[in-house]
Amino acid sequence: MSRALEVVATGPLALVQDLGRPGHAHLGVPPSGALDVPALRLANRLVGNPEGAAGIESLLGGLTVTARASCTVAVTGPPVAVAVDGRPAGSHVPVHLAAGQALSIGRPDTGLRCYLAVSGGIDAEPELGSRSRDVLSEIGPPPLEPGAVLPLGAPAGIPDGADTVTAPPNPPELVVPVVLGPRDDWFGDAAHQLSVPWTVTSESNRVGLRVDGPALRRTDAREGEELPSEGVITGAIQVPPNGLPVVFLADHPTTGGYPVIAVVVPRALPALAQARPGTTIRFRPYA
Amino acid sequence: MRWLRYGPDAALVECESLAEMSAVRAAVVAAGLPDLVEVVPGARTVLIAARPGSTGLAEARRFVESADLDGGNGGEPREITIDVRYDGEDLDLVARTAGITAAEVVELHTGATYTVAFTGFAPGFGYLTGLPEPLRQSRLDTPRTRVPAGSVAIAGEFTGVYPRSSPGGWRLLGHTDAVLFDSRAERPALLAPGDRVRFRRIG
Repeated sequence: MSRALEVVATGPLALVQDLGRPGHAHLGVPPSGALDVPALRLANRLVGNPEGAAGIESLLGGLTVTARASCTVAVTGPPVAVAVDGRPAGSHVPVHLAAGQALSIGRPDTGLRCYLAVSGGIDAEPELGSRSRDVLSEIGPPPLEPGAVLPLGAPAGIPDGADTVTAPPNPPELVVPVVLGPRDDWFGDAAHQLSVPWTVTSESNRVGLRVDGPALRRTDAREGEELPSEGVITGAIQVPPNGLPVVFLADHPTTGGYPVIAVVVPRALPALAQARPGTTIRFRPYA
Repeated sequence: MRWLRYGPDAALVECESLAEMSAVRAAVVAAGLPDLVEVVPGARTVLIAARPGSTGLAEARRFVESADLDGGNGGEPREITIDVRYDGEDLDLVARTAGITAAEVVELHTGATYTVAFTGFAPGFGYLTGLPEPLRQSRLDTPRTRVPAGSVAIAGEFTGVYPRSSPGGWRLLGHTDAVLFDSRAERPALLAPGDRVRFRRIG
């Protein structure tokens, strides 16, 4: 019997993700990939995969899969209940599934996105060098549906037996380091304006994290000015005319027409990927 | 030209003109620096992103500052011809706005040679420059909720082709059966920055 997982239930959204397809922005193709990269890498290490193997990014849990062959799985991200055929199995540890056994991921109490890695990785057909689903461009394997059968690659390594991997905390308030620019001069005292508390809204998705708060004000000279389309990268904080910033995440458009006031440093992005609506965020500019 | 900081690992090179932007982009691409992750042209800018912790950005800057930006782009551009049926819903509107006939609109659009300046909006969507002056018209006041794939359209100083159906506010001149983007093809995008493009009337 060929190695595969069968999807039984998906929860709100479950996507195949690896480390993405950077390097194609000049063709209009976003980088995509797991939003919480360290979590996917860890899950892969726990099951003996190369860190870049494709796994499943599960939004708010509710994912159930059945193993069609003996395999090792691991669930990472926020702490979450994991069960095998209804028996508790724990997150952040390697778990063996015999053929026919079902793995279920509960709803995490904190954070948003759990990662399921399987020994051998999800062997969907790569597009532009990646198996990631890009929700903006609709490139990559479609969102998982009950009944879908996901082929698995051949197991490549020995599962990591570490038994004390702690789930990262998801604090209710995040301080996010940013580098000002390239268009911070469009705004009066950008550092000060950004440093107030912002609230993550439920409009957020893999394209961008949207926050609510006191609208950012442009300088009088830049009021109403148009910006010719220019390149954007993951972490860019773009400010549309309503003054409410959008932090671009992995499925961001590759060019945009609104000024970017600052850029979130890459190491702060995984926490933003886990920030639930209602989370307070403070952008802290540094020199 | 100005170099603007864009996070810890990238810079936005702001240019005086589209032509200078194209020259900077071509110079950076021609340098083939291994530590660059993305080189993204825009209407007046080039975004250069380097591998974190590498010296790629500094190397790119040295290269651009010593490059001859008035010279050739190094290498022949690719020439692409796109067959178009000029039956777009806005053809008459474009003609009225320009004060010419629909046939003259087609003549102008097919008579020019365009250059892919940059992409964006969707995979494979190229912003083509070289649009004749009478066709430089504003976007529609009310964008369409759905523009069919293959629509050939104009807006401002650009013309372009919608790779797939999407919302859009450009004025529609016609449509093409050309495949603009296929992620499984060896060259996924028909149009890449620097390419030369002509439109040919069919039917």
